[in-house]
Amino acid sequence: MDSIMGTETPGNANHRARPRIATLWLGGCAGCHMSFLDMDERLMDLAPRISLVYGPLVDRKEFPDQVDVVLVEGAVANEDNLHHLQEARKKSRLLVAFGDCAVTGNVTSMRNTQSSAGVVMDRSFVENASLHPGVPRSGGILPRLLDRVIPVHQAVPVDLFLPGCPPSADLIFYLISELLEGRSPDLSDKLKYG
Amino acid sequence: MTGEELLAAAEKEQAARRQAKYCVAVCAAAGCHSLGSTSIREIFQKAVNEAGLGEQILLYGTGCLGLCHAGPLVEIQRYREDSWERWLYHHVNEGMVAEIVRHHLGGDQPLAQFLYPLDDPFFRSQYKIVLENAGRINPERLEDYIGADGYSALWKAVSEMTPMDVVREVTQSGLRGRGGGGYPTGLKWSTVAKSKGSRKFVVCNADEGDPGAFMDRSILEGDPHRILEGMALAAYAIGAEQGYIYVRGEYPMAISRLKTAIRQAEKVQLLGNRILESAFNFRVDLRIGAGAFVCGEETALIGSIEGNRGTPRPRPPFPAEKGLWDMPTLINNVETFANVPAIVRNGGQWFSRIGTEKSKGTKVFALAGKIVHTGLIEVPMGISLRQVIFDIGGGIPDGKQFKAAQTGGPSGGCIPLPHLDLPIDYESLIKVGSMMGSGGLIVMDETSCMVDVARFFMQFCMDESCGKCVPCRAGTAQIYRILEKISSGTASLHDLELMEELCDLLKHTSLCGLGQTAPNPVVSTLRYFREEYLAHIEQKTCPAGVCRMGAPDAACGSAEPVQEKENCL
Amino acid sequence: MSVKTLMINGQMVSASEDQTLLDVLRENGIELPTLCHLDGLTPIGACRLCLVELAGSNKLHPACMTRITEGMEVTTHSERLVKYRRMILELLFAERNHFCSICVINGQCDLQQMGYDVGMDHVRFEYQCPAVEVDASHERFIMDHNRCVLCTRCVRVCHEMEGAHTRDVMGRGGSSRIITDLNQLWGKSGSCTGCGKCVQVCPTGALFEKGRSAAEVVKQRDFLVYIKTAREKHLWIQ
Ligand SMILES: Cc1cc2nc3c(=O)[nH]c(=O)nc-3n(C[C@H](O)[C@H](O)[C@H](O)COP(=O)(O)O)c2cc1C
Ligand code: SF4
Ligand code: SF4
Ligand code: SF4
Ligand code: FES
Repeated sequence: MDSIMGTETPGNANHRARPRIATLWLGGCAGCHMSFLDMDERLMDLAPRISLVYGPLVDRKEFPDQVDVVLVEGAVANEDNLHHLQEARKKSRLLVAFGDCAVTGNVTSMRNTQSSAGVVMDRSFVENASLHPGVPRSGGILPRLLDRVIPVHQAVPVDLFLPGCPPSADLIFYLISELLEGRSPDLSDKLKYG
Repeated sequence: MTGEELLAAAEKEQAARRQAKYCVAVCAAAGCHSLGSTSIREIFQKAVNEAGLGEQILLYGTGCLGLCHAGPLVEIQRYREDSWERWLYHHVNEGMVAEIVRHHLGGDQPLAQFLYPLDDPFFRSQYKIVLENAGRINPERLEDYIGADGYSALWKAVSEMTPMDVVREVTQSGLRGRGGGGYPTGLKWSTVAKSKGSRKFVVCNADEGDPGAFMDRSILEGDPHRILEGMALAAYAIGAEQGYIYVRGEYPMAISRLKTAIRQAEKVQLLGNRILESAFNFRVDLRIGAGAFVCGEETALIGSIEGNRGTPRPRPPFPAEKGLWDMPTLINNVETFANVPAIVRNGGQWFSRIGTEKSKGTKVFALAGKIVHTGLIEVPMGISLRQVIFDIGGGIPDGKQFKAAQTGGPSGGCIPLPHLDLPIDYESLIKVGSMMGSGGLIVMDETSCMVDVARFFMQFCMDESCGKCVPCRAGTAQIYRILEKISSGTASLHDLELMEELCDLLKHTSLCGLGQTAPNPVVSTLRYFREEYLAHIEQKTCPAGVCRMGAPDAACGSAEPVQEKENCL
Repeated sequence: MSVKTLMINGQMVSASEDQTLLDVLRENGIELPTLCHLDGLTPIGACRLCLVELAGSNKLHPACMTRITEGMEVTTHSERLVKYRRMILELLFAERNHFCSICVINGQCDLQQMGYDVGMDHVRFEYQCPAVEVDASHERFIMDHNRCVLCTRCVRVCHEMEGAHTRDVMGRGGSSRIITDLNQLWGKSGSCTGCGKCVQVCPTGALFEKGRSAAEVVKQRDFLVYIKTAREKHLWIQ
């Protein structure tokens, strides 16, 4: 588990050769990450073969350079999401839209039926508030919402799409294994939405 | 009424016109009407009566005189030594009326300062068949139409021709459908004539829904009996006893004129049973549309007449085989029918000598946009676009440069400067990526942005899509959305690619002509003005200065952060 | 009934004259996605998923409404047809809310299955996200317009099979809506018999029964052909 949860040790030739994998958590419920953990004992198979260098499962603040594969969970809902995604795209070779929210916007994007972020903020912090209605104003606490929630591929180029809410652990394992084998995973007969 | 009575009535009317001191035709079409021509007519009549000329002057309202931008128009005619003299007064107001009555009608002194020169290219380059009665008849008097040889073609048909003779005459004329597609009319007639069915129907498509088009309306308002006669000839030719005119509810004046005309014709047996004492029966009823563009599509129109929701259905079967209540049905456009009486009267040969090899006769166009003479014109097929725009249309106002002309409305395309000398006919227009359409001609100058033009038409198609088939219903919305992004400078080259794919999809997979042709304005502006699209996308500028760049983008899918707003963080 | 021979994707096939091209294709194991078509209902050729190429015609033809003719040469899966089908599905998924994760018939949905069949791993178009209603006023059924693809199967079954004509379409283009009676709440409809046929034929989660979870939903559609055949052969009166 150590090497999966931790970061790789620079300078260790053995570790350096392992593909550097990152995960990113945007506007989603973390279910896709849970499904990742649901790979259970297969995580043990993967552990020696990859380096998990960034993500909610890793204690690291900055998205590192030279990532081989990044799995992006969640839709792009606010400025932070957008910023992190763009950063990840710049620093990663292969970007996977990971789960329905990333692929379609899914539940996260259902606020798009409202005309703008302002309406959504009002609805959440004023109309439906029972105590102290009011939109929080002090800067830097909450990231600013985008007017519309968008799927990952509408913000940055995406290399692979892995739909599912969440994608099953089997599929995730398949995808990573194929990538490790140097093959491009073919999901066309394994699609599942929802 | 018998044939002899018809001829006698015509004779009488013509004599009355010849004997009048002057005939005064006040344009009563919508353009001039909106400029107050109706009260001008009343004032005229009063002035004539007061001058004691009531007996000698024939004063009447008439159909569109064409020069709509210069209305109200009044045409004065006098028969002298076997020919007609004509004068056209423009921008007529109350003060002018008094002077015209006093000097021109009373003293035979035309007022040169108020006259529009009739040798102007606007008139010289036109050729009138469909609009031949504009200025000549009062559309609300059957006698006027009869006086202009009206119903003589019908008399000729029922008295000396077999139905097949009529079909042959129309076939020989080379007439093609004026509703847009240009399908050979004779061929359509002979198909319906041969189709088996216990009943057959004739339908006149008067739904005219193209934005800016008013050709059909002008014909209906200006010469309603002409349509009835054309339909009766068609009914005789194909063996139908019932006809419908499907006219949009937004045309109340056309509807009222048609109602009047039908009542008049029925009263004297020009419609109804035993027409002109022959064995031919034919009734016409009006069906009023609710103003959906798609109801002009023939299968949707049929559905609408049957009382169903107006949505197209796949063809085959074509209406010629299975139309109204699954019976063989002939559907033609207003202008198509309007050509028929002249063809039967003068012979198909006569008609086929006008126009080009494959496009015969004339075409009515409504000139609109950045052009000096906006209005209604009728020109022989084969005339060049340059002649239409610069001779007849008077060119571009304010010394601006011509950029492109749009024909075919939302189904058509734009024609840029290098193709100005193109002869107007069905085939050449298609070759350059546009189409004849029903006759709207919109001129654009350097201040028009082609992306904006495409966006306008796509919005029209999106709003007018009937919603039945997916490519059109959802595809027009997606194309529109991309155009919106392009014109606000927020689109990428990838969006452009996606839009071109969508255009291809709609063209090939939509159920009816609306969806199939909806991409045309986009495709043709891309073909000739791609650099303008690229300027919007890459430089984020609108070369014509029309589009507002970086406009706040509230629609779905924007990756732009929200603007600083009061109630936001 | 006379027999015709046609060529489908290069294979000779025989069929009887009263069959539609779609019947013949299915009989020969060639699957096309179909959404508006349902055996037993009048075909309308609206979804455009079953379009095929016919030799000698430059247009594409909906197999569900195409009568077969002798010597007809049919191509069902050319590169562009495959591409068009996927695009049409993408357009549908982007048109309203088709997020399967929160749908009552997730796993039983025709639309979802078609997405899988054409290998649609994502939608390239912008999601339109319109604000549309859910009508839960009926005591047993719910109509969720978010899931409706406007195939009008429900309209046709209600009119043709149940004879109630409770349902119809209102509006144009993207704002088209399936309505009950004169755009009243379903629960207030005077004409609906509560037969549930519309719920059975709906290809998506737009029409569903209250109180059933996704796993319990099974759409029954055999009754259509059963009723239609009985009607045509006058089996009621024998
Ligand atoms: C969306 C759509 C709208 C149409 N609108 C009209 C119309 O307003 N008037 C018309 O005459 N034809 C219209 N047409 C063409 C008709 O379907 C039909 O071809 C025509 O009326 C046949 O008459 P024609 O042969 O005399 O042209 C339309 C077609 C489409 C696809
Ligand atoms: S192409 Fe458009 S207007 Fe024609 S049937 Fe399809 S949705 Fe209706
Ligand atoms: S339940 Fe039956 S009657 Fe009611 S709308 Fe559905 S099909 Fe029609
Ligand atoms: S409710 Fe269902 S059956 Fe009816 S049109 Fe919508 S998707 Fe089709
Ligand atoms: S199934 Fe044939 S068009 Fe929908």
